[in-house]
Amino acid sequence: MRKGTLKQILLITDGCSNHGEDPVAMAALAREQGITVNVIGVLDQDTIDESGLREIEGIAMAGGGVSQVVYATQLSQTVQMVTRKAMTQTLQGVVNRELKQILGSDVTMEDLPPEKRGEVMEVVDELGETAELEVLILVDTSGSMKTKLPTVKEALFDLSLSLNARIGDNHFAVFVFPGKRRDVEKVLDWTPKLEALSTVFPKLTSGGLTPTGPALREALTYFKKKRSLRSLISSDEQYFEESSM
Amino acid sequence: MMNNTLKNHLCKLPSGYIIVGKWHKHSYKMIKPLGKGANGVVYLAESSKGLVAVKLSDNSTAITSEVNVLKHFSKVQGVALGPSLLDVDDWFDPYSKKVVCFYVMEYIKGEDFLSFIQKRGKEWIVILILQLLSDLEKLHQEGWVFGDLKPENLLVVGQAPKIRLLDVGGTTLKGRAIKEFTEFYDRGYWGMGSRKAEPSYDLFSVAMIMINACYLKRFEKKENGREQLIKMIGADETLRKYRKVLVRAIDGKYEHAREMHQELMAAVIDESSSTKTKSRSNQSRKRSVQKRYQKRKKRSGVLETALIVMFLLFMYVMYLYGELL
Repeated sequence: MRKGTLKQILLITDGCSNHGEDPVAMAALAREQGITVNVIGVLDQDTIDESGLREIEGIAMAGGGVSQVVYATQLSQTVQMVTRKAMTQTLQGVVNRELKQILGSDVTMEDLPPEKRGEVMEVVDELGETAELEVLILVDTSGSMKTKLPTVKEALFDLSLSLNARIGDNHFAVFVFPGKRRDVEKVLDWTPKLEALSTVFPKLTSGGLTPTGPALREALTYFKKKRSLRSLISSDEQYFEESSM
Repeated sequence: MMNNTLKNHLCKLPSGYIIVGKWHKHSYKMIKPLGKGANGVVYLAESSKGLVAVKLSDNSTAITSEVNVLKHFSKVQGVALGPSLLDVDDWFDPYSKKVVCFYVMEYIKGEDFLSFIQKRGKEWIVILILQLLSDLEKLHQEGWVFGDLKPENLLVVGQAPKIRLLDVGGTTLKGRAIKEFTEFYDRGYWGMGSRKAEPSYDLFSVAMIMINACYLKRFEKKENGREQLIKMIGADETLRKYRKVLVRAIDGKYEHAREMHQELMAAVIDESSSTKTKSRSNQSRKRSVQKRYQKRKKRSGVLETALIVMFLLFMYVMYLYGELL
């Protein structure tokens, strides 16, 4: 049996968007398509301003994901923790929906007695370990983020290390915004290994605008493209299997 | 941000505060906080069964996972791999108007690993580590990997000091991805391997705990993690004695805790026997000196008899000469 695929966007930024559509709306759109949006806000020594913080929380909330604001030095730990937490959250959502169907309208995991909850949790753990995961990483490379990019790269290697220890398959893609010509630019196509990033990341140049909304919108289309491509491949495989029989 | 205020509130429950479980109706009287982890806060509390440790958290997922692990441990007969689980329940917190999950464990009274070493001396490190390796072997045999192994999760208990594992939050089924880790003790951070839950993952952490115990501080990774660690091992007098074992653990060469246990034990015996052979060679040197002395004595004895014999011969010759005259 084919296990389900979890789709996530991981947005790494250090402040407020200033160009194009409202990123919170784009995150809500992502959620409608079954894609979770997580946001990590990266700080230097300075604190993040109120509007930036509100936007970070807003995007994650609308995107059904997790948000966390951290100093650059804690980034590695945070990236993997946020991704994991969001996976569990999504899976729990799925399990809760199933529970509702079985037990009636307003039952969630918390309403079960602790003994039963443990059993449900084991199912969630199992799914989290074996499910296929697609993470599209969207890195803000505008202005002040430039000095933090080496740390971001390291954190992404670390994420790959953590997630590739799972039984389930992983697919990562890395995009940066703003791009040279467009709002968003692909630096790494879907791959199970983020290590391939080392050759592409240092080439980045940082620009002035921060088009978080448009970047999110374009990232969404990339999930779809991939989907259709993959279904093509998998139907091919089926064909082969049949012919070999 | 919301979570933070909730956690802060949970950390500051006043002494004497009573919480009652929603499902099982047991009541617990808080005495004092024992510690704060990533997923919640642990209190010493009084129950009808005596003193217990209560872990409260607003993260029900994490609590439920931990309870699952503790339940599995309680099935392991005879050996205490973690604290035993007494109760799991929910509590309605009137302050935040939210349900807070908690579980109740046996209260283990002891001293944390590093302060015990500081107080009782470095010779205890290897003894406690050997105990730890025996416990890990049992844990691994049950199909689990501890994961977040670090001094904070180790407690030294009792008059005959014995190491105990605490905080099973990171414990992961073999073959899965490690759930929780701390960078310094994580082989992934040092570039020495994957984050897959396998016995060698824990054994790397054991080596790092020994390094931590000798230096009493953690340090950051530089360019080449392996070289840096090997240099640190070479620079410390205690660590140098177990260099071979530590390097093998860091390289992930041990597949089972018992192999590391055997070789560490061998290194300890080797070390004590090498001091013994030193004293033995001292003795033998003393003996050879004695022998040489005795030899000289013997040689002088031969000389003496020869002289006496010659003297007697001379006297005899003189006597014969006198008779002949």
